[in-house]
Amino acid sequence: MSIDLKNASFHGYKRENGRIGVRNHVLVLPVDDLSNAACEAVANNIKGTLAIPHPYGRLQFGADLELHFKTLIGTGSNPNVAAVVVIGIEDGWAKRVADGIAATGKPVSFFGIEGHGDMETIRRASKAAKDYVHWASELRREERPLKDLWVSTKCGESDTTSGIGANPCVGNAFDKLYAHGVTLVFGETTELTGGEQLVAARCRTPAVRDKFMFMFNRYQEVIDRHKTSDLMDSQPTKGNIAGGLTTIEEKALGNIQKIGKKCMVDGVLDKAEVPSGPGLWFMDSSSAAAEMVTLCAASGYALHFFPTGQGNVIGNPILPVIKLCANPRTVRLMPEHIDVDVSGITRKEINMDQAGDKLLEMMFRTANGRLTAAEALGHREFVLTRLYESA
Amino acid sequence: MIHFVVHDENDSVGVVVVEGVKSGQELTGWIMDQDKEIKVHAKNDIPIGHKLAIRELKNSDTVIKYGVDIGRTIAPIKVGEHAHVHNIRTKRW
Repeated sequence: MSIDLKNASFHGYKRENGRIGVRNHVLVLPVDDLSNAACEAVANNIKGTLAIPHPYGRLQFGADLELHFKTLIGTGSNPNVAAVVVIGIEDGWAKRVADGIAATGKPVSFFGIEGHGDMETIRRASKAAKDYVHWASELRREERPLKDLWVSTKCGESDTTSGIGANPCVGNAFDKLYAHGVTLVFGETTELTGGEQLVAARCRTPAVRDKFMFMFNRYQEVIDRHKTSDLMDSQPTKGNIAGGLTTIEEKALGNIQKIGKKCMVDGVLDKAEVPSGPGLWFMDSSSAAAEMVTLCAASGYALHFFPTGQGNVIGNPILPVIKLCANPRTVRLMPEHIDVDVSGITRKEINMDQAGDKLLEMMFRTANGRLTAAEALGHREFVLTRLYESA
Repeated sequence: MIHFVVHDENDSVGVVVVEGVKSGQELTGWIMDQDKEIKVHAKNDIPIGHKLAIRELKNSDTVIKYGVDIGRTIAPIKVGEHAHVHNIRTKRW
């Protein structure tokens, strides 16, 4: 192979907790839907900040509330984030989110709107955000070994070319990164249906296999409880079907190509859980693109590989999403969304090893600062996973 | 020129990877795992990304792709015929 991964390095931002980021965002993070307006006003006032509005955070309870906090705290804690301003409708939960992020050692302030109103809150929060921008903008990248990079993957609007080209290209890159101690993750629990035994067979230990099958069966029960059909048009999606995918089993077998041929599944994570070491992790998650990528960001991943067939346009506010595609029609019709064109695979112009290297080359460029197509086009889909209704 | 791709030689279907495949056209297929070539005549116009049968399938047969079960037929499918949601269904859910 052409890239010497043994001595490879990238330039990233070293955070207070030792994690390495590839972006340097100052986030303005709403705890709840009611605080979106103030967050967006702060981000409008102070250039170089990023508000990430979302529709939830009120009257959630139990495991669903815990996941909400875990996702917000994880997002703020992600090494691609330098500092965070948290705004909530009241102080209590805003403080809870801010305290969770502060455990990383990074600068964070929180503001509650009640008793102050939007305008006073925006004034105070803007001052904190401005201080953070001045501070963060003087941070410098430093050279770091490859193993300090955490890389996630999830595919979207897949078609049959995903299973032929783009997904095994990710698998080839994952096999190479795995050998060098990179921290990796895949997920999409229902989208393994039909191939779950292949994943189970790749689990490192019986304990990992049991946990994986527990997560897999837990999600199957959700499908069985709520389904009104065989899920056609939802999973596989209408786009998948238009692209030639016929059944969930076929989609799953294409999906699984992303974990390569050599990686073992070293551990299993619940949604938004932070992995405890290097290797390949499975994270229980929705297969909806923005939900899954948001969970990867909350788990601390710094770069994402996103193979698409029909042309999913997703991005994430803080996690750079590198898109690759093996469908020549999609590459021709939607070139502005594709970072890595691997459509040469089906024409035998490049082999999988060369395609994997092409993706890794883009990985290093992106880690070093190149904006992805999704970043340049302003795709900032921040979508929180819900487990059930609010109270 | 490769018109369609097959993952494994035991598969029952291949995937069209070029645009504009017409009924009656002779197609060249690349079996990736064994790096072999096969020829099939298309029995329908088949869009890029869609599958064609490379072996005769009866009703209720198991369809194999990647060497693995991907569902069952709900109608017979002839070699070269378009194989998709109108003649294949999931065995799950």
